[in-house]
Amino acid sequence: MNRPDATAVASAIRAGALRAVDHARATLDAIDGANPGLNAYREVFHDAALDRADAVDDMVAAGRDPGPLAGVCVALKDNIATTLGQTTCSSRMLKGYRSPFDATVVTRLVAAGAVIVGKTNMDEFAMGSSSETCAWGVVRNPHDPSRTPGGSSGGSAAAMAAGLCDLSLGSDTGGSIRQPAAFCGVVGLKPTYGRISRWGLVAFGSSLDQIGPFAATVRDAALAYGVMAGVDAHDSTSAAVAVEDWQATPAIDPKSLRVGVPSQYLSNNDPAVTQALDRALASLRAAGATIVDIDLPMTDHGISTYYVIAPAEASSNLARFDGIRYGHRAAQRAGEGLEELYARSRSEGFGAEVQRRIMLGTYVLSSGYYDAYYDRALRIRRLIKQEFDTAFGQCDVILGPTAPTAAFTIGGVTDPLQMYMNDVYTVNTNIAGIAGINLPGGSDCSSGHALPVGLHLQAPAFAESRLLRASELLERLLSA
Amino acid sequence: MADAHTSLSSKDVAHVARLARLHLDDATIESYRTQLTSVLSHIARLGQVDTTGVDPMAHPMDTTNRLDDDEAGPVLSIDQVLMNAPAREGDFIAVPKVLGGDSA
Repeated sequence: MNRPDATAVASAIRAGALRAVDHARATLDAIDGANPGLNAYREVFHDAALDRADAVDDMVAAGRDPGPLAGVCVALKDNIATTLGQTTCSSRMLKGYRSPFDATVVTRLVAAGAVIVGKTNMDEFAMGSSSETCAWGVVRNPHDPSRTPGGSSGGSAAAMAAGLCDLSLGSDTGGSIRQPAAFCGVVGLKPTYGRISRWGLVAFGSSLDQIGPFAATVRDAALAYGVMAGVDAHDSTSAAVAVEDWQATPAIDPKSLRVGVPSQYLSNNDPAVTQALDRALASLRAAGATIVDIDLPMTDHGISTYYVIAPAEASSNLARFDGIRYGHRAAQRAGEGLEELYARSRSEGFGAEVQRRIMLGTYVLSSGYYDAYYDRALRIRRLIKQEFDTAFGQCDVILGPTAPTAAFTIGGVTDPLQMYMNDVYTVNTNIAGIAGINLPGGSDCSSGHALPVGLHLQAPAFAESRLLRASELLERLLSA
Repeated sequence: MADAHTSLSSKDVAHVARLARLHLDDATIESYRTQLTSVLSHIARLGQVDTTGVDPMAHPMDTTNRLDDDEAGPVLSIDQVLMNAPAREGDFIAVPKVLGGDSA
């Protein structure tokens, strides 16, 4: 687990002090050693990674700069399209699927010098908070293999925590980067909706989905974010808002920082989570920051709102998987029509949680229920957004826990609603379309293992520089 | 909420499965009936929120369509388009007979 951070790796390779191919080989060896126990990666690109690293070394030898991610080993969540290998979303539906194009984030990472080392396991179609709905087996938490890494981007979080990459990518629809980052003890950034192109990200909830990085440090998360962010002609929802160089913005003077803490984020947390938050608040106060008590009463309606909007969008997005153009097709039966073939292909290809969410989404959009559920949820969505707008008039960032607990045991949560409650602090970030980040905040040692506990900072839409500066400050205060 | 049923019957679940083009056996319908009823009961709390005068928000950016210039760009080849097709005949995707039988 003791690796230099990605920023240090890239500068050593750019300076010729480290060969990209040696670094890639060491990373691949680490994966080969640890992955059978963790199941973080579904597929590892041994040959392609070494070839790519050779090309990076050739550029350095020729006096050309490979870019800010020179030789940095990156793992990709398996819902991000790559021409290399398969893109399965951890679903039998997409077993063997090969994308004819690369996602925009992949193109941008590679153009910046990155080496793509593999694709990581996830909850099927990003639906889950534990990576247990993965069709290719559960992913295990490097801090305690009997526990989940969180989800849905559990493989990317586990790979990062176990030192099996320098950076990894996830996607976050309701907390799927931040909650696994909390459970695995790494940094996980969900940028503002529209900040990073979704082109090549298999769609789940199109008004909620956002790609973001897992990293060892805030500066690494910022490095990856800087490479990927910015408008993309291929994604009409990518924002045409200029991306600031966060390091060109002044560091935050803690004495001028107002940290909002919503009263709704303080109850229902495990003792270790409360302790981590208290410690963070004490260190911020000691550094001169102002802690502001704020009120976000809509927090309590977040899960309900999310479980109308996200399944509704998912039921529409996943209608494309009908076994005709791509994906799993059921064996044809004599005399059977096309519609029955669609239904059997879908029920054979999709796992239980995906079908449950398609059912829920279809129900809330169906005739007679649309107004009572979907239309109402969209109105409450606006109230949630307005509540954040008001709160950010009183404070610069909002601090709370990322999840109410540390990582839970594999198989320990079987009731779907109880599983959904894991995301109680993270879903409203997506519903409002603002930015959020998980920072390692401490440990829960009550089980005998030191399990990471995460802190969650949120900032207004397009205020990533502020979010990263505040995160850097808190990271420094907590390491002191 | 007043006008939403939060208790589903097996018939309701079978109807939704048909709309969603899912093929569920009776045991699965029963387990989804219990689970969806539980989730919908939780969601029903949204009925307590006063939304008078609040407009629906479908998207965080309140964005409008962004149109490309009407110019041909690069496209995938037929082979790329069909490379994942479960059944192919020449440059076409093969599917079961759509016309004929009952619908003829």
